[in-house]
Amino acid sequence: MGDHHHGPAKGITRWLFTTNHKDIGTMYLWFSFAMFILGGTFAMIIRAELFQPGMQLVEPGFFNQMTTLHGLVMVFGAIMPSFVGLANWLIPMMIGAPDMALPRMNNWSFWILPPGFLMLASTLFMEGGAPAFGWTFYAPLSTTYAAPSVTFFIFAIHVLGASSIMGSINIIATVMNMRAPGMTYMKMPLFVWTWLITAFLLVAVMPVLAGAVTMMLMDIHFGTSFFSAAGGGDPVLFQHIFWFFGHPEVYIIILPAFGVVSQIIPAFSRKPLFGYASMVYATASIAFLSFIVWAHHMYTVGMPVAGELFFMYATMLIAVPTGVKVFNWITTMWRGALSFETPMLFCIGFLVLFTIGGFTGLMLSIAPVDFQYHDTYFVVAHFHYVMVAGAVFSMTAAVYYWLPKWSGRMYNETMGKVHFWISFIGFNITFFPQHFVGLAGMPRRIPDYALQFADFNMMSSIGAFIYGASQILFLYNVLATIIAGKKVTDEKVWDGAEGLEWTVPTPAPYHTFEVPPKLDPAHAHG
Amino acid sequence: MRLSADPTTDTVLKLVTVVVAMFAFVFVVMVPLYNVLCDALGINGKTSAQAYVAAPAAVDTERSVTVQFIATNNDSMPWEFRPQVTSMAVHPGAANDTVFFAANPTMQHMVAQAIPSVSPARAAEYFHKTECFCFNQQPLEGQSDTLMPLQFIVDQDLPKDIKTITLSYTLFDVTDRVSERIASR
Repeated sequence: MGDHHHGPAKGITRWLFTTNHKDIGTMYLWFSFAMFILGGTFAMIIRAELFQPGMQLVEPGFFNQMTTLHGLVMVFGAIMPSFVGLANWLIPMMIGAPDMALPRMNNWSFWILPPGFLMLASTLFMEGGAPAFGWTFYAPLSTTYAAPSVTFFIFAIHVLGASSIMGSINIIATVMNMRAPGMTYMKMPLFVWTWLITAFLLVAVMPVLAGAVTMMLMDIHFGTSFFSAAGGGDPVLFQHIFWFFGHPEVYIIILPAFGVVSQIIPAFSRKPLFGYASMVYATASIAFLSFIVWAHHMYTVGMPVAGELFFMYATMLIAVPTGVKVFNWITTMWRGALSFETPMLFCIGFLVLFTIGGFTGLMLSIAPVDFQYHDTYFVVAHFHYVMVAGAVFSMTAAVYYWLPKWSGRMYNETMGKVHFWISFIGFNITFFPQHFVGLAGMPRRIPDYALQFADFNMMSSIGAFIYGASQILFLYNVLATIIAGKKVTDEKVWDGAEGLEWTVPTPAPYHTFEVPPKLDPAHAHG
Repeated sequence: MRLSADPTTDTVLKLVTVVVAMFAFVFVVMVPLYNVLCDALGINGKTSAQAYVAAPAAVDTERSVTVQFIATNNDSMPWEFRPQVTSMAVHPGAANDTVFFAANPTMQHMVAQAIPSVSPARAAEYFHKTECFCFNQQPLEGQSDTLMPLQFIVDQDLPKDIKTITLSYTLFDVTDRVSERIASR
């Protein structure tokens, strides 16, 4: 290893054998975008079928496969890997480390993802079709009544889980051991903090998911009865295990998004983040609370009143640290020298829409009214406000914000703004009416509906096509930037940006911080 | 505690331990804990799977509780299955007997398992079965029928506001399960 300043290898082997955190980050980001398009295609099929009442385009069984795969692909293929990609690119650069702590495992954790999803997608072409039991795969729907392809689904989940666990072990090992001298925990950028906490959540709950699917596998093939009442098991047990994983999972998705927003809002407000320490503690509190609220997803399962009350109050408690975060972001903007470039627009969009999603979440947390909302389109509207306007908007903001640093080229600002406004409007046309049809009683996961829901559903579908189309514009803008964007050479692409990643040359060289940087004490937690 | 001199290896080893522990936690803690909690708190409408040993206590003849019986077949279970009486008025503390009728209309030998559930769920811990066909699997030759006994006591401590208890049985076909077990011997 004589020459440390070598560039990347050439050809396909560069990507197959790379241990470079930037290469792996790039692969994660492109892979997740491909999955975003795939999951989006499934969503378009769903919305096309729901454009009018009655059965028009697809069979009900296929519709169910679409809702299932849409959820699985978006959660495990699009959102989670996209934030892992971001973590790979940014965490070493933000803490002044030369690379991730375990570069070879990093390569492995990415490269098992595509085969995992190939396995999942291949079920579409199998006899009996793809999994059709919803992304929550409740037993016995996913055991006794599942298509034979469920076994492929189970192994796919095992593979994705293994990838996530390796990714998060890597992130924790990097953050704990590779920070530049002087970078204490309370000086880390908030994105690093939120990812550190997310990684701990992943290490704790991905094995629980692996356990749940392993039990399914044993019930289906080895004659056990974990979830079958006939043999002394209990289907409700599945829901408890699933949501013990599932609730922390939603924070696994949103906490890195909080981190991104906490980096971008100060940059375009030209003020340091308000309440840094309270942000860290709020993130940790949310992570802790996520473990004791799981049963709010199953209020209607027949819990005793004491249980309903406990989970209701514990859930409402989450509004406190989340409120702290929202107010901190607003206070950061207060009297700042604001400017509204595309990343900032997406962050403000995030702030407004995520807060709406948070409020509908509070409504759903109230056990007695949840009996009305449960399994309706109100729930669909709620979680798309937090997943799409929360996670996807912040991810989009992150791409616009850091793309110039990664590629050394500036994206087209006008096109970025157009993308934002089409996304914002399209998103709201899609999901806002779903609150109304949900409250009026339209159940989720159905291919047909009563006539009184027709207008709002048509509106929803039109919005979905607009939102979907705007992502093509996004893809075009990113490609055009990488190929022929205006060159930028300033280390600090944005005048208000703070943090170590803005001290390296633009575009970021293949190897950065091979010598640990000296920290400027005046610029704590950029 | 350090597991390795190299800090990264140390972190990784600790995290791998957490992963293995959490995977084991699902199987050896969550599943048994769930069953223990449901049994102990009588939640989820689950009644005890063991026979209740009656403590001698006075029969509360002042009070009368209606106990209703429901029999349901799971999925494709072809048996005929019904309670002999659908409802009875009982005094808390008194032992009561009733029977359920089951018939196997097929030509094959089959084995069934009945799974009980009590509603309201709050009443589950006050509903004691001293003898129940649900404690065992029920084999039945093709084209034959049987009467299956149930003996129960409603606890004197049953909350005063509960005036009706519904005991529901779901009958599952466990023939495959049983024959697999025999075949594997």
